[in-house]
Order: sequence, then C-alpha cells, then structure tokens
Amino acid sequence: MTELRHRAGTETELQHQNSEDKGSETEGKEKDGASDNETKSDSGVPEVPVPADDTPEVLNKALSGLSSRWKNWWVRGILTLAMISFFFIIIYLGPMVLMMIVLCVQIKCFHEIITIGYSVYHSYHLPWFRTLSWYFLLCVNYFFYGETVTDYFFTLVQREEPLRILSKYHRFISFALYLTGFCMFVLSLVKKHYRLQFYMFGWTHVTLLIVVTQSHLIIHNLFEGMIWFIVPISCVICNDIMAYMFGFFFGRTPLIKLSPKKTWEGFIGGFFATIVFGILLSYVMSGYRYFVCPVEFNNDSNRFTVDCEPSDLFQLQDYGLPAVLQSITGWTTVKLYPFQIHSIALSAFASIMGPFGGFFASGFKRAFKIKDFANTIPGHGGIMDRFDCQYLMATFVNVYIASFIRGPNPSKVIQQLLALRPDQQLHIFNSLKAHLTEKGLLPALEEAA
Amino acid sequence: MTVIGRFAVTTKRKQPFMGKPRSKGTESLANYLTQIFGPPSNSPPLAAHVRDGSREIKQGGGPGRLPEEFVAFLFVVCSSAGFRIALLEKSTQSQCINYLVFFFSPCVYTLQEADGDDKLLFPGEGEGELEGDSKADTPDVPPSTDNTPQCLNKALEGLSSRWKNWWIRGILSLTMIIGFFLIIYLGPIMLILVVMGVQIKCFHEIITIGYRVYHSYHLPWFRTLSWYFLICVNYFFYGETVADYFGALVRREEPLQFLVRYHRFISFALYLSGFCMFVLSLVKKHYRLQFYMFAWTHVTLLIVVTQSHLVIQNLFEGMIWFIVPISIVICNDIMAYIFGFFFGRTPLIKLSPKKTWEGFIGGFFATVVLSFFFAYLLSQYQYFVCPVEYNSETNRFAVECEPSNLFMIQEYTLPAVVQNAVRWKTVNLYPFQIHSIALSTFASLIGPFGGFFASGFKRAFKIKDFADTIPGHGGIMDRFDCQYLMATFVHVYITSFIRGPNPSKVLQQLLVLQPEQQLGIFNTLRNLLREKGMLPPAVEEAQ
Repeated sequence: MTELRHRAGTETELQHQNSEDKGSETEGKEKDGASDNETKSDSGVPEVPVPADDTPEVLNKALSGLSSRWKNWWVRGILTLAMISFFFIIIYLGPMVLMMIVLCVQIKCFHEIITIGYSVYHSYHLPWFRTLSWYFLLCVNYFFYGETVTDYFFTLVQREEPLRILSKYHRFISFALYLTGFCMFVLSLVKKHYRLQFYMFGWTHVTLLIVVTQSHLIIHNLFEGMIWFIVPISCVICNDIMAYMFGFFFGRTPLIKLSPKKTWEGFIGGFFATIVFGILLSYVMSGYRYFVCPVEFNNDSNRFTVDCEPSDLFQLQDYGLPAVLQSITGWTTVKLYPFQIHSIALSAFASIMGPFGGFFASGFKRAFKIKDFANTIPGHGGIMDRFDCQYLMATFVNVYIASFIRGPNPSKVIQQLLALRPDQQLHIFNSLKAHLTEKGLLPALEEAA
Repeated sequence: MTVIGRFAVTTKRKQPFMGKPRSKGTESLANYLTQIFGPPSNSPPLAAHVRDGSREIKQGGGPGRLPEEFVAFLFVVCSSAGFRIALLEKSTQSQCINYLVFFFSPCVYTLQEADGDDKLLFPGEGEGELEGDSKADTPDVPPSTDNTPQCLNKALEGLSSRWKNWWIRGILSLTMIIGFFLIIYLGPIMLILVVMGVQIKCFHEIITIGYRVYHSYHLPWFRTLSWYFLICVNYFFYGETVADYFGALVRREEPLQFLVRYHRFISFALYLSGFCMFVLSLVKKHYRLQFYMFAWTHVTLLIVVTQSHLVIQNLFEGMIWFIVPISIVICNDIMAYIFGFFFGRTPLIKLSPKKTWEGFIGGFFATVVLSFFFAYLLSQYQYFVCPVEYNSETNRFAVECEPSNLFMIQEYTLPAVVQNAVRWKTVNLYPFQIHSIALSTFASLIGPFGGFFASGFKRAFKIKDFADTIPGHGGIMDRFDCQYLMATFVHVYITSFIRGPNPSKVLQQLLVLQPEQQLGIFNTLRNLLREKGMLPPAVEEAQ
C-alpha cells in the first residue's frame, strides 16, 4: 500500500484543491507502465516510441527555476485549471459551440487511436491508408449528423430544396459514400501488405464504432437538455476524484490486478460521494431553464434557443419520506426535483461502470505498451486519456433517456406520418382519434371521417 | 507436382484458354466421356474469367475444361426451357419452384468451381506473401482436414481423386440448391431460421480463423465471450424486428410488452455485462491478444450480424426481395465466368488474376437481362410479392395481400429510338423489373468487390477456405461472401426508394407520446387530410 501514499508526492496534491479536476487517472497509468515490461515477452510487439514532451515554451520559461517534480505539478495544475475554465466557457457559449467541441474532440480521439495503430503495425506508409481512414470517419460522421439534422432541424430542411433531397435519400447517399471507400480499400490492396491493410481496416472500424457512435450519443443527449450533458460528465469526473481521495486516505484492499492502485475503499467511498454530489449538482442545475430545456432550433431567428416550459421532471415535487428517515430527520416530506432521483441512477452507473472504461483503456495501453494515448495536453496525455471513462457513460445516458424519460420525438413522428400513403394516414388518423376519444381528450362530438 | 489440399496439381504447359481439348490418344467413346466428365479440379473456376494461362495457374488442361462448356450448355437449355414453360401457363407455387429448379440447378452446379480461384493461386502467391509478412507475427493456419461424409467416400472410393472431387462438389451443389428451394417452399419462418443458422456458422468460421491466427484458442473466457456478444447483438436486433412486425402479438402478452418497452436498456445491460467480463478477464501476459480478439469479434459482428438482419428485413418486405438479389449474385458469378471463359483477355485486378474485363462486362449485361426476365417471372405470384405479415389470430405468417403497384403490370412507352428498332409503341412491364435493373447493376459492378475483399482476406491470413463445412466448397462464408454487400444495398434501396415508414410502427410511436403531443399531431394530421380531400371539410367543433 505504500504505492498509494507514494503518489502523494508530485501531481496529486493538485486534485485535492480542484474539485473538478479531470486528471486523476494519469499518474496511476504512468506507474503502471513500469510493471508491463516483463509481461511482453511474446510475439513481435514493437515498441511505440515515447512521445516527446511538448510543454509550451511559455510555461517552461515561467517554471524554469523549479525542480522537475514541482514543474510537473505546476504544469498539470495550470493545464487542469485551463481545461475547467474552458469547459465553463463553452457551456456559456451555448449548444452550437458545444456541438463543435464534441466534434473536434471526436476527431482528435480518432486521430490518436489511429496513430497508435500506425505505430503498432509500422503501417504509416501504407499506400492510401491514411486517406481512407479519414474518409471513413467523414462518411460515418456524415451519416450520423445527417440523421440528427433531419430529426431536429425538420422545418429548416423542408424549406431548402437541396437539403430536402439530401435528407430524403440520406441513407442511400451515405451508403454510396461508404461503398466508395470500401471499393477504394479493395483496390488499394498491395501484394505484400494484405494482412497489415486488413488489420488497419479492422482497427479503423472498431475505432469508428467506439469513438463516433459515442460522440453522437453525446450530442443526442445534449439536445435533450444541457443538463443531460453536464451532469453525467461531472459525475464521472467527481467519481474519479472522490475515489482517489478515499483511496488516498483509507485505501487498503486492491480492487483489480489490472490497476493495482485502485482500492475497494476508494471504489465504495467514491460511489457514495458521487451519489451525494450528483444529487446536489442536479438540484442546483434544475433551477435554470438554460440547462433544463431541450435545445430547439428556431426557424425564424435561425438560432438555437433554450426556452421552454420545464417539464415535470424539473419541477419541485413533494415526496413523502419513508418512516425510518422521518424519525431521523424530523421531516415528513421533502421537496425534490424528480431529476434528482434519476441522477442517483446516473451516478450509480458512473461509479460502478465508469471505472471499467478506465480499466479497458489501461489494458489497452498496456497491451500496446504506450504510456499515454498521445501528448496533446502537457502533463495529462492525450484527449483520449481524459475521455476514456466518459464513453460508456454517454451511451448509458442515451439508453436511459430513451427507455425511461422521453418517448419518441414528435417531429420525427410527424415526418414519418407525412411520408406515408394517404390511406395509411387515414387509418392512423382514425386509430388516433379513437384512442384520444377513449382518453377523453377529444369531445365525443367529433365528426367521423 | 505440388499437392494443395485435396487437389493434385499437375504442372502443364500453358493452355490457350479457348483451346479445344487436346485429343490425345484414342478417340474412343470411353475416353471422350472421360474427358467430358473429368474432374474439374484444376479447371478455371466459375467466377474466374479465364485468361491466358499464367505460370502461377497450374491448370489441369483440356479434360478439365469441358465440363464447364457442357454445363453452360445445359444451363442455357434448362433456363430457356424453364422460362418457356413458365410463360405458357399460370402455375401454382410448387410448379413455379420446379421451374426455378430447372433454372438454377446448372448454375449452382457450375458455381462450385468458384473456389478454385483462390486455391490455385495460393501456392503461387504464397512466396510473395512470406517476405512481406515476415515481420508480423502471423503463423500459418494449418490446412483444414477433409470432412467428406463417409457415405460419399464409400460410394466414390473406386474413382480417382479428381473424379471424386468433381462428384462431391456436384452432389453438394445439387443438395444446396434443393435445400434452397425447399426452404423457400417451407415459408418465411424457415427462412428466418436458416438465415440465423447461416449467420451463426459464418460467425463461428471467422472467429475460428481469428483463434488460429493469434494462437488464442486457449485464452481464458474468450470463446464464451465471443458467443455471448453474438447472442447480445442478435437479441438487440431481433428484438427491434419483433417489436416492429409483431405489434399485435406483443400488445397481448404482458411479459413481452415489458421486454419491448425496455428493450434497449435490457440489450445495453447485457452488452455491458459482456464488456465487464472482458475487462475482468484480462490476463497479464495476454493483453494484446485479448484486445485483438475483442476487436476481431466486434468487426465480425458488424459484418455478419448486421447484414443478416438486413436480409431478414428485406425478407419481410416480400420474399421476392430476398430471392431476386441472391439469385442475381449467383447469376452474375456464372455469367461472368462463362463470358470470361469464352472471351476473356484482359485481366481485371491483380488481386484475382483470373478475372477479366470481358467477363466483367459480359456478366454485367447478361445479369441485367436475365434478372429482368426472372423478376418478370416471380412478380406474378402473391407468395413472393406480398409482405410477410403475422396474423395474430391464426398465429402464423401469412403472405396474402393485394399486390402493390410495384407488382402490377403497367404500360411504358418506349423512347423513339427503341420504337424504331423494335416497332412496338408501348411495352407492358412490372415496375419491379425496372428496379431489378438497378439491383443487378449493383450486383455486377460492386458485388465482385465483396469477392475481392474475401480473397484478400484469405490471402492475408493465408487460408485456403474459410472453413471445411461443405465438402468440396469450403465454408459457408465462401458461399456468401458476395452476398453481404448486396443485402445492405437492397435494404437501403428499399428504404430510400420503395417504401415509406411502417405504419404500425408509426402508430405505436404515436401511442407512446404525451397526450398534448398526440393532440397536436392529431390536429396537424386532420388538417393535412382535409387539404388532401380525404376528410370532409371541418365543421367548427367546440373543443
């Protein structure tokens, strides 16, 4: 357990101070790398070259007086603060900027993982392959963004003629684009490099599966309301920090062989702390329309608006406490937003499953003998290092929303209705009328069709 | 002489690809018959467009080629016979299947040659591969053993190995064709089960190749995990399909309703369990292997499972959307081979040296024409044309309906040029035939790329066949490699150009919305229908 305390030296005090630091994983990973060397005796796994240090010059100059440990600490600290401020600024700037940022993060993550693939397979000079990887990224993004745009920008799309054609035949166009890439791949197969090319093809597709689908789920969540974007991300970050702190103070029993520094005490302590944090954070955020309202595209002003009547989920309701709690706290009811109850589920998932994403990334880095995914953020590693726990979370939130919160998107249903044949529309109209009359929403005086 | 697997390859001089069989020795009938029915083990493969013999292609020579000519002749005769018969009488479902048997038995019989392509090239290409891959730690996959059934072995033990192969392939091909028609006859449910069976076998074959390539057969948990992921993804996809098409059934049964409502969540939870099991199963010295197998499994799932589900969705649109694309791909293989055999000169792609431009282009035109007529043939029968519906009362699948506009004969006026040529003003066609032109164009132009991809894959991993499931043919994947792109294309084509959204699905979504949203949509719909004149104009109602 001395390793746990050993971490306290350099960068780690940092996390005490910044409650929303994102950087708790990395120091563990750096030291894990040392234990890898004896494990990789087998098949010709080449060494990925250690990325060079790319701390900006200005920082280097400012910190030139300090020893290397301090310097590291300060570099990480400053970068962390920079990332947090950046996070808040883009939230302030609005949904459009957030979407752009998500897109950029996705592209950078893709680039990082693909570069690792190139290094592993020495395939950087394969003919065409870099072009093809980016082309596939473009295709899949086009497909997903097209589906999103058609859903949420329905009126805008109907207005513009070229957009309407693009959206009507969207799947066909996407498929044609993908096929072109596929044919280019087949035509680019070079005699001595078949296997490498197939490996890179597989690598690209798995990366696309992981990175692009998840980033699109994040954007879907964003459209439901910015709270569905901010709270999950914050819960994951908080879980990292809280697990670290609990592990630091109380850690005894190791959790998993893959990451020897993680402990059960940290895990469980982080779990409870994250739930409490989630409840508090969602209480704070549910009060503001800016976070709570679904993002809508206003056709008249051609802007995104977040103005609405908050749904039931974000209105305070009275909940009767169970008898046990009543006797303890002396309250009979408590006022909560229903969203806070959902946030318990989200935090529970972040605490229990989030670490598995981190283990997966740790295993991946060990398997390919890399210390960090890249060297984009000085002191922290690559973008993927920061986002590895977030991916499962994004999918979970999306599935959660689809299953428990909202029904289908009404504008999408209208769109589908308009595409049906008139006799089918009539049939649906009658069924709907019968259903609404049953529910009492329509007076029974309605004329029959 | 080099022995490749089951085939004995004799090195011979270059044969002119169009050459008549050299009649060496006596011209006795027995010899001639031997030459005709000689095993095609070294003959140019069906899907290959034979070019002038190159050094790598060690062909068996004249006697090996005749069967293809003979069979091509048989094919032409049978297809025209079948077509003529079909035109003459309106027939029942079973009779039309007989015609299809006539039509296809020679085709798929010759299809068996298709694998000779990669098998023959294997030794020639092998040396080239070895230097390139010396760095990568890819071991040679041990050659698969012969698993011809004992009964066949016994029956054919008298013959030489070439004959035996030929007969085995022939018998298996006929068996496959008959099986194909049998399951079409048995109906949609059987087809779905067969598609599922094929999918599972393809998945198994590709995963087994992965195990061999990486020596990872004994990785802890991994076999279990691969199958578990297959089950999860299948559960997800089948659940989505069932919820769509079996709406009435689902609404009746309470547990099914629960499963459908939370389907995504349940599927995601199942997948997550698999993911966590994978993370927990990471073993210290095997990280890389395990990640490789994880990725291999996912890419295989992406290819195999999604496509098989698109095949099933196409099937639900109408069995014609299942039969015609598959037949087109098979037909393209055969036609391209025949044209390549007779006219092939210019090689098409370095990856498959036997394919020629002449075969490619000739196959393209022949496929378009043949599928045009085949579509005509099938469009007449309700059994093929109607969407597959689940009848909740009888708890069976029913294929009865009023055929849509696509399958009713319409008159098209010919453009002036064609009018002068043919002297008809209009022509009666099913609109579906026009769509079949698009389908066959795709199958001829892009379908071969699926075959090249599979060839490249087999070369990359130095395997002769995907597996040894079908004696004489290789694995299931060998038979289906060209079909995959086709299934996706047909699905995208249908959703883009043919049908709109599924009305029952739309209704289902409507019923789940909030009441105010339902009211809003109701009003929008009412106004829309009034504009279209389908509803009487509004009397002012008090709301």
